Amino acid sequence: MPLPPIDSPTWNSTLRTFGWGMRSVTATVLAAVLFATYLGIGALAHDSHFSLAWTLLSTILVWAGPAQIIVITTLGSGASVVQSAIAVTMSAVRLFPMVVSVLPLMRTPQTKRRQLILPAHFTAVTLWVECHRFLPQVPREKRIAFVNGLGCGLLCISLSANLIGFFLAANLSQTLGSAILLLTPLAFLFSTARNSKGLADVLALVLGLVLYPLASLMSSGLDILVSGVVAGTIAFGVHKWREGR
Amino acid sequence: MSEVLGDFVGDWHALVMLVLAGAIPNQIWRMLGVWLGGGLNEGSDLLLWVKAVATAILAGVIAQILVEPPGALATVPAVLRYGALVAGFATFLLMRRSILAGVVCGEVVMLAGKWWLG
Repeated sequence: MPLPPIDSPTWNSTLRTFGWGMRSVTATVLAAVLFATYLGIGALAHDSHFSLAWTLLSTILVWAGPAQIIVITTLGSGASVVQSAIAVTMSAVRLFPMVVSVLPLMRTPQTKRRQLILPAHFTAVTLWVECHRFLPQVPREKRIAFVNGLGCGLLCISLSANLIGFFLAANLSQTLGSAILLLTPLAFLFSTARNSKGLADVLALVLGLVLYPLASLMSSGLDILVSGVVAGTIAFGVHKWREGR
Repeated sequence: MSEVLGDFVGDWHALVMLVLAGAIPNQIWRMLGVWLGGGLNEGSDLLLWVKAVATAILAGVIAQILVEPPGALATVPAVLRYGALVAGFATFLLMRRSILAGVVCGEVVMLAGKWWLG
């Protein structure tokens, strides 16, 4: 479904612009990936003994798949609040450059800072990619409304997927339940691999996968942080070393 | 009725943990992005290191789900869990990095394996 031309009077209405943003989620394959991801997160939260309200709130308040699976997996396996908070915050640093690079696309000289809070909240990899695709087709002064609509649309998809995943995990046979749980590692591995452009990213991914089982043998309770910091630092070191030669 | 509501909400302690361990440490970075704007160089070494550590933590969590699987996934034999990931990854690479193709292949391998093993 194509957007109306940029000089169309449709764009004069903020509400209709919001609607166009919301409807744009149907024009992206990433919405399917998002659905599968949040289906998995719903099932993962259920099988890690979190409530449905907890699951939906985690999607609304956190709105970042990696941070959500980190918080579910760490808290679910008995890590302390401080340990999960550190792991989550490390995973969330990437949101900072995303926000910094996406907000200028919708800012005008009249824009107030508080108007940017909601678009910043919705910023995660899916929205970030779609903003670069859609925003050039939207008049600048209407872009915030469009992004809020797009964000709400993506949130609706994710919440529905959470709800379905949670109930499927509760009611399906073990075979189908395990298939839904398997969605999370598969979807995250491939989307991270897809976003890994440089050597540092690829090495960090591979070493992170390999080092976690080793770190878990020590069962220090800090396994995920230890393997993450070690693998990430080695990857960064190799990258710098290669760059320096 | 109150039992249904109780099941829906769960325990309050877990919701507080969600805010402290999940929401705040995550949102800090978005809000910092709003306040500081363009003050940071995207190619800086610090950011590169943080990105590598973040990727490795996520990879660790992926490994954790496969090595110490929660709930129903624990009924799938380990060989099958790793096999599904490897087959999915091979498909992902062969199909020009299609996430959907990789996920579908991984799922098919796991389900077929489970059916075959009975």
